Amino acid sequence: MIRLFLRHTEPAGRRPLRYLLLAAGLLLALALPWLIYPPVAMDIASWALFAAALDLLLGYTGLLSFGHAAFWGTSAYAAGLIAIHSGLPFPVAVLGGALLAAALAVPIGYLCVRNSGIYFAMVTLAFAQMIYFVANQWRSLTGGENGLQGIPRELLGLDLSDPFVFYYAGLPIVLLGLWGLWRIVHSPFGHVLVAIRDNPARARAIGYPVERYKLLAFVLSAALSGLAGGLFAISHGFASLQEVNWTTSGKAVMMVVLGGIGSLWGSTLGAALVVQLEDYLSTAGFDGIGIVTGTVFVLVVLLFRQGLWGAGRQLGAAAGRARRRRPKPPAATEAAPVPTPTTREEAAWTPSPRG
Amino acid sequence: MLTVEGLNAWYGEAQVLRDVDLAVAEGEIVTLVGRNGAGKTTLLRCVMGLHERCTGRIGLRGDTAFGTRPAHRRARLGVGYVPDDRGIYATLSVEENLLLPPVVGPDPWSLPRVYETFPVLRERRRFAGTQLSGGEQQMLALARVLRSGARLLLCDEPTEGLSPLLVEQIGEILREIKAAGVTVLLIEQNLHFATTVADRHHLLAEGRIVESLDNGAVRAREHELLAYLGI
Repeated sequence: MIRLFLRHTEPAGRRPLRYLLLAAGLLLALALPWLIYPPVAMDIASWALFAAALDLLLGYTGLLSFGHAAFWGTSAYAAGLIAIHSGLPFPVAVLGGALLAAALAVPIGYLCVRNSGIYFAMVTLAFAQMIYFVANQWRSLTGGENGLQGIPRELLGLDLSDPFVFYYAGLPIVLLGLWGLWRIVHSPFGHVLVAIRDNPARARAIGYPVERYKLLAFVLSAALSGLAGGLFAISHGFASLQEVNWTTSGKAVMMVVLGGIGSLWGSTLGAALVVQLEDYLSTAGFDGIGIVTGTVFVLVVLLFRQGLWGAGRQLGAAAGRARRRRPKPPAATEAAPVPTPTTREEAAWTPSPRG
Repeated sequence: MLTVEGLNAWYGEAQVLRDVDLAVAEGEIVTLVGRNGAGKTTLLRCVMGLHERCTGRIGLRGDTAFGTRPAHRRARLGVGYVPDDRGIYATLSVEENLLLPPVVGPDPWSLPRVYETFPVLRERRRFAGTQLSGGEQQMLALARVLRSGARLLLCDEPTEGLSPLLVEQIGEILREIKAAGVTVLLIEQNLHFATTVADRHHLLAEGRIVESLDNGAVRAREHELLAYLGI
């Protein structure tokens, strides 16, 4: 059995900066519908959660899933159907979608986690294509190529069809999802995932059943992708085949890589950039959106291997080092960070009184 | 504690272990000595369940089916493994590395006890694992096993590449580990060092245990053995 410890372990690093960043991020999230077109703001929020959930697998567990549209899309349809047929408040519908996505991820994940690398990507893609096929054929349920239309947006009798209002109704779900992810990656469970990513054999040798951990990460990632997908469908009042298409999986991977693998901030940034860029290009009447986003993607991958967030962090670290190196005339030696290796090692161990 | 009977192992077509029999009693430190390529590391990997192509019986504390269990189960039965690359995770901090393994034994060391014994690890607890020097990494690897409470330690050349002073300290640590009742199976090329920490020694050559020696025999035949090991 895996025990999922969520005891928080403090991430090493500059804490004040972390909190400042968090406050700025929250402020930006709250102000977003004032700054940009509100439906786009909601799209950014949903995609940010999707990308971050995918990053739990890609960045923290080292598994490239190329079929996450299966979970995003399944939840989109399921949340839509629940909202249409039951009249339950939309968060319940979204949660229902997420649970279904998680349930679907159990058998798919079970069969996938035995593979790694390109095989894992291909098997997840194959399963996603199966889901696409089912969604396309099961017209009575999904509407086939017409999509699932007329999904209501209401909460306890409140009409939320105004995108500006809906953003503030949906944002807490996204923030909750991101918070959950943050807790996961900084928990001991998250450290085991990182250990598996860095060296599976070593993780096994210290006593962790690697496949089971991968499966749990897969299911958690699918559930949170489902949360995002359900929210996306309800915010649009519409779920289409696009939601289960492989291009949706690809777009999420692109967002994660663009923003920076292994960083929840990076995924969020990547999602915001891609959604905003696509919206800008389509409102400008530009047809070759894929060419532009593709070019940006290639440039970022070539120039910033760690994505935009990683590049920003390196820049910040370099600036910090430069600042510290600036001469502080009298106390220049004080800045010498560590003693020489020999003296350090000589003091490294002293016999304990227990002996 | 540990019994190995008729162990054979292969890399592809090449057989690297041939009918190895080995027994380590509770509380003992036993070394495996031999040239590079003699099969020492493979033997440890077979015991840990990390080498797939092997046959033979491996038992732990009367559990005769130990050798059929997957690696993570073996670790949970109280076996700690320190590989020759030390197995420190670069992306985790020193403290996160210490807390990573699950507790597998009845008497795991607490974090304060680890820090009391290894003050340098307390100093560097927020550092990334690979920002440590080689000696510190070796201490972290050993401390990690103690923290997990493992009762059998498989240790692959802990002194490799360390200065004489650090080798001395690793010896101190191993003696302390032994005093704590942990059984150790140790790979060692440094014969002199081996006699200062271990109880018995097995000489491995071409996949077989060719001789089993006690400390007195090793000291008496040190020159002969050194010549044989090519050191």
